[in-house]
Amino acid sequence: MEWLGLYNYWVVVVLMMVGFYIVIAQGNLVKKIVGLNIFQTSVFIFFISLAKLDGGTAPVYVEGITEYSNPLPHVLILTAIVVGVALTAMGLALVVRVHELYGSIEEDEIHEQDGKH
Amino acid sequence: MVAIAIVKIRNLFAVTMLTGIYSLLAASLFVVMDAVDVALTEAAVGAGIMIILMLGTLALTTSKEKNHGKGQNLLALVVVFITGGGLIYGTLDMPHYGDPEAPAHTHLSPHFTQESVDEIGIPNMVTSVLASYRGIDTLGEAVVIYAAAVGVLLVLGSGAVRRRRKDDPKANPKANGGEERS
Repeated sequence: MEWLGLYNYWVVVVLMMVGFYIVIAQGNLVKKIVGLNIFQTSVFIFFISLAKLDGGTAPVYVEGITEYSNPLPHVLILTAIVVGVALTAMGLALVVRVHELYGSIEEDEIHEQDGKH
Repeated sequence: MVAIAIVKIRNLFAVTMLTGIYSLLAASLFVVMDAVDVALTEAAVGAGIMIILMLGTLALTTSKEKNHGKGQNLLALVVVFITGGGLIYGTLDMPHYGDPEAPAHTHLSPHFTQESVDEIGIPNMVTSVLASYRGIDTLGEAVVIYAAAVGVLLVLGSGAVRRRRKDDPKANPKANGGEERS
């Protein structure tokens, strides 16, 4: 049962592929952004699971404890979460603009309208 | 899982709610993996601000997704499965979950966990790494947020101005929702 220790990566891969599928197969722009978020969260889980240490605790100093999880990935992911929200806000703003211009947030309808001009 | 439900549900309002639940689940997963600071941020940002942003967008656009032909979905599934298979094959060489010998735990981590309390004087190591060892990163993050806020204002603001100029002068510029609150 050696390979069972890798299950955290498989969770990440499954989530990542769900997000990937949404991004490439769904026509709705808002849903694509949700897919990007799922993809992003899978990367977060990947980093945090790398930081986990057997027998370690959360990286806040407590008297008498010497084993902590690695704080560096936590910091990177804190930054990434905030950047991700900024990206989401930007993407949703673009969706709002697309809706103002085309009256639709479905990819195929937008392509149709583009073809007419 | 919740993520699969998001694929299937066509009502975008329900999708938004599911995104919130998904964020909350991710946050509790982070707590399980000893990343309390990340969990706090994810809960506040993912389940809070993200929902506000998405609801604002749905209010400005539409909350119904239309049905599509299933033509290209098969191709997409094939691509997804091939990519996923490749990734899983790649994980076979990775260090195991919680393995103390993993490269991530042997290089910088001991320094951060053993010495940062003496060097910086803050018991929370995540804070000292964030604000001190990697302070430039955090500055960059602030720049990104600023750039995103400016971008959102430009994208949404110019539309309101143009509409006012073109159509009728008394049309109110639409409120920009919660978008700039990043």
